[in-house]
Amino acid sequence: MGNKTALYSTHQASNGKLVDFGGWDMPLHYGSQIEEHHKVRQVAGMFDVSHMTVVDVKGVDAKTYLQYLLANDVSKIETLLGKALYSGMLNPQGGVIDDLIVYNMGNWFRTVVNCGTREKDLAWMSKVAADFTVELVERDDLAMIAIQGPEAIARTKSVVGAERAAVIDSLAIFQGLASSEWFIARTGYTGEDGLEIMLPNSEAVAFWNALADAGVTPCGLGSRDTLRLEAGMNLYGHEMDDNTSPLVANMGWTIAWQPTGREFIGRPVVETEKTNGVKQKLVGLVLRERGVLRAEQIVSIAGSNEKGVITSGTFSPTLGYSIALARVPAVTPIGTGSCFVDMRGKQVLVEVVAPNFVRNGKQVF
Amino acid sequence: MSEIRKELKYLSSHEWARLEEDGTVTIGITAHAQDALGDVVYVETPEVGSTVSVGEEAGVVESVKAASDIYTLVSGTVVAVNEALQESPETVNSSPYDDGWFFRVQPDDLDELDEALSADDYRELIESEE
Repeated sequence: MGNKTALYSTHQASNGKLVDFGGWDMPLHYGSQIEEHHKVRQVAGMFDVSHMTVVDVKGVDAKTYLQYLLANDVSKIETLLGKALYSGMLNPQGGVIDDLIVYNMGNWFRTVVNCGTREKDLAWMSKVAADFTVELVERDDLAMIAIQGPEAIARTKSVVGAERAAVIDSLAIFQGLASSEWFIARTGYTGEDGLEIMLPNSEAVAFWNALADAGVTPCGLGSRDTLRLEAGMNLYGHEMDDNTSPLVANMGWTIAWQPTGREFIGRPVVETEKTNGVKQKLVGLVLRERGVLRAEQIVSIAGSNEKGVITSGTFSPTLGYSIALARVPAVTPIGTGSCFVDMRGKQVLVEVVAPNFVRNGKQVF
Repeated sequence: MSEIRKELKYLSSHEWARLEEDGTVTIGITAHAQDALGDVVYVETPEVGSTVSVGEEAGVVESVKAASDIYTLVSGTVVAVNEALQESPETVNSSPYDDGWFFRVQPDDLDELDEALSADDYRELIESEE
């Protein structure tokens, strides 16, 4: 048996199909992954994401520590309390240890890292912290619920009371603010507007049930994956890992090259890669015929001896056909006619698009 | 425990077969199989008039999770396929033993069905897998 979130019994009682997810017993779906996906695109759905690891970074060196630890620069979020920043945490070889979100909490920072990488992340963050006056505090006392979809904010506001509703109203996109023991952020992993709320474990069940009563559909991690893939968002271990450069994982925009004097771990390697040019890139693939593109299928490009590989593939419930993210030779042209995927022994022609398929319910490629 | 129908025969790869009154045999996948696959999104059935053989792939079912080959329990000629699955593959999830059937075979040798698993054998198999 794996780790259990504060909502474990609630998932069981709701007939959640519980599976192992990075050492946690998490719901894959509560009946139909596709129906849950549609609810998020059309109304509102909620996900238990309490398995994710929250680490607060405090101390006088918190800022300089994170400026050295992360490829993105936390000075970008200094001007707005609660502002969030997406960043890679690189190793000295320029690979990605993890991708994470960091929030400006005033005179300290809150980071949210992946559950599957928790141990190596904490070990690395602690090791780097040895040279700084910082304190790392893992917040396993907090549950986290993501409420996503066009109706997510309105329905959440209807169950949290006037004070927290006002906090929600004040949030800019990609900003989070504390409200007593809660932390309410306008962030997500679905391509829809919505919230991610951290709250004490002891309050999670009551909040979840109140949201359900307000018509927010419980959704499992299955639909979370199809939603993030439609939104072209990376998943650690698929689009990038310890041996993948952020530059070939569509994460170049998350590297703060300025100021040139800021040293961060991995900088010399990725800077050289940037200067020389990388040999691969991340693209989107679309297959309008029958069949589902799957991770690890091999991609061939006409006129190139180099092969690519699908990093994530799925059936897109919103589009009604299959989509994928793939790491392919940098020369791969956008469009159709030259890219083939080996699907169970058959070479199938696919269209190459920018790695983004659906935002706010609409096709975007 | 997923539903297992007493009157059907089974394969360890989770297909079922039903002997119809006209001597043809209907093939589908079990309730256990559809539950393990999750939402079914495509079904590829053999063509009417083609021949299918025991031990050889006769079709494919693709779900959000995985692609899986479909095997027949009897060799013979395909006399009907469930066209409705092209438009509504989710019927395999909602009605695996009835509306979600895959194809129907005119068997060459009906004795092949005796080689397949009984409902009790199949129940034992999936209990041992769980």
